[in-house]
Amino acid sequence: MTTAAATAGERTAKAKPATMAQALGRALRDSMAQDPTVHVLGEDVGTLGGVFRITDGLAKEFGEDRCTDTPLAEAGILGAAVGMAMYGLRPVVEMQFDAFAYPAFEQLISHVAKMRNRTAGAMPLPITVRVPYGGGIGGVEHHSDSSEAYYMATPGLQVVTPATVEDAYGLLRASIASDDPVVFLEPKRLYWSKADWSPDAPVAVEPIGRAVVRRPGRSATLITYGPSLPVCMEAADAAVEEGWDLEVVDLRSLVPFDDETVAASVRRTGRAVVVHESSGFGGPGGEIAARVTERCFHHLEAPVLRVAGFDIPYPPPMQEKHHLPGVDRVLDAVARLQWEAES
Amino acid sequence: MTVQELPGAAAYRPTPPPAWKPLTDPAPLLPDPEPYRVLGTDAVADADPELLLRLYAELVRGRRYNAQATALTKQGRLAVYPSSTGQEACEIAAASVLEERDWLFPSYRDTLAAVARGLDPVEALTLLRGDRHTGYDPREHRIAPLCTPLATQLPHAVGLAHAARLKGDDVVALAMVGDGGTSEGDFHEALNFAAVWRAPVVFLVQNNGFAISVPLAKQTAAPSLAHKAVGYGMPGRLVDGNDVAAVHQVLGEAVARARSGGGPTLVEAVTYRMDAHTNADDATRYRVDSEVEAWRAHDPIQLLERELTGRGLLGDEAIEEARAAAERMAAALRERMNADPVLDPMDLFAHVYAEQTAQLREQAARLRVELNAELDQHGQDDVEEGR
Repeated sequence: MTTAAATAGERTAKAKPATMAQALGRALRDSMAQDPTVHVLGEDVGTLGGVFRITDGLAKEFGEDRCTDTPLAEAGILGAAVGMAMYGLRPVVEMQFDAFAYPAFEQLISHVAKMRNRTAGAMPLPITVRVPYGGGIGGVEHHSDSSEAYYMATPGLQVVTPATVEDAYGLLRASIASDDPVVFLEPKRLYWSKADWSPDAPVAVEPIGRAVVRRPGRSATLITYGPSLPVCMEAADAAVEEGWDLEVVDLRSLVPFDDETVAASVRRTGRAVVVHESSGFGGPGGEIAARVTERCFHHLEAPVLRVAGFDIPYPPPMQEKHHLPGVDRVLDAVARLQWEAES
Repeated sequence: MTVQELPGAAAYRPTPPPAWKPLTDPAPLLPDPEPYRVLGTDAVADADPELLLRLYAELVRGRRYNAQATALTKQGRLAVYPSSTGQEACEIAAASVLEERDWLFPSYRDTLAAVARGLDPVEALTLLRGDRHTGYDPREHRIAPLCTPLATQLPHAVGLAHAARLKGDDVVALAMVGDGGTSEGDFHEALNFAAVWRAPVVFLVQNNGFAISVPLAKQTAAPSLAHKAVGYGMPGRLVDGNDVAAVHQVLGEAVARARSGGGPTLVEAVTYRMDAHTNADDATRYRVDSEVEAWRAHDPIQLLERELTGRGLLGDEAIEEARAAAERMAAALRERMNADPVLDPMDLFAHVYAEQTAQLREQAARLRVELNAELDQHGQDDVEEGR
């Protein structure tokens, strides 16, 4: 599954097809070049360049003190990053896979998320924790979790996830520059998605916490993020045939949550479906549906629906296609938005 | 006739494995067979009398601090106090071996070490009073926040020491943990990282016999906690934790080793928690008085006092002076802790993020409305009741 990872040597000045993996690597490189306090650490991030090759070339360019292969222990990695940040460094930690980030939960929740608060603002921790997440890559057990709900439920963390090549660069730069900790969720099935992108003319880095309308529409709003954005874009294209003009909102940041952009969209369209891979029960969609209902009740023509992964442990790869929300499941939900009232 | 001897069969020779050698020679890493002692042994001749006198005054002050903090819980001024009575030698020695530029990583039981390092006791106690999680700026004092989750501060110490070394700064981190904490995964990961990175860290385990109620025998089957060091490739030192001269010497050597690029050391100080786990605990449920009395006879202050008076270094006047200084500290602490802390409820939202999120601004506004309504209600009550 890692053989398709692109190498960093393909970067050129002119806009040409680049992968999300390349954009992420470039964001790390540029952050390290600009700020000598940025240090990358994790398992296999040095000589190998990471199992997804995101950190390829960093150890060579900046030395092993700046891009460090650590012992294999996630709590130790994040705990050490806390100490490094206490001393004024800006660590970027790579967790190898979503489910392998769990050993670091105590450090993340009891220390990383709380240190600013515990010290009344005296000691914020500018740590970025990169976590490849989500399914759809044929990964065997423990390689495809959507763990965003755990992080969202922890005050003090920012939870950011890009869905496009451009955002992968811009949001990672912004996350590393943030003085607060960021859990940066990388949709691993989009690592090899491509877009025309010039690393030498990157778009201005936007502040974390702003959603964006990816496709304007009038009939209903699809609210989504990360790996589910391409599914929603495809669903919106297919919906045209059904006579629906769907708007697609890419959240980009789950915390802070951009109520303004989401509510403005739903007020325009009057209908909403939240789409994500994470399990529905206790998942982000419940929170989002509640927030939309609280803000847009009188504009809603139908209840806010959720299209989510089933409430099951992530299935074996040969079964994952049934679990992952696809275009048809999204369109089915759109069809259930009480259109009969319109006629 | 064996198979090899069969005519035409090639003689079987097993392929030897690639050469193996240990990564580290374990012999010099092993701790002493018994806790190292200075007081009452020949080694005391090498101890600096002035240092011992200074440590004595600190021990007396530390004991009084523990008594005062315990009293403050009974008066309702502290929510809880995990006492270090009986462990003062470790607390005082840990603080006194560090330079100002070094860092201390205390656990929740180590407010005394923080105070001995110079922190205002009121600031050290805010966590336990319950008004602020951390009452001081860690960077100003180079004292990490008191850590309540067990052993999780140890990887922080490693990371900080590693960062300091990368920057070329001469900084050592000393991290404190209890015997129970050595069972946590973070203890293992911190020691492993420290050894691999040769980070300038000293790990001080105060083996005080109990993790709340659970004795050491249920915590580990290792020969000693100090022996665990060998598995990480760092030296382990076993020391009498009630012998302040010994703890000071062993920690001082470990700090010097770390400072000179020699890497980390694990020090196990064998001591005893004379009080219950906290004021909320009942130690009679899990230990017998005779054990406590045996340790009372090996009290860290008495040990040093006997040594110093026996050698004519400490007279009644000096003892009285140390006690009077401790009383002054306790009186000042008592008086200052009797004032109610002034708290602003809006602080709840002030330090979650650098910039308040829209959601937190909304919630802060809601709390403000509630507080104003409460104020108005009190005002009305006052009017109705003719106040």
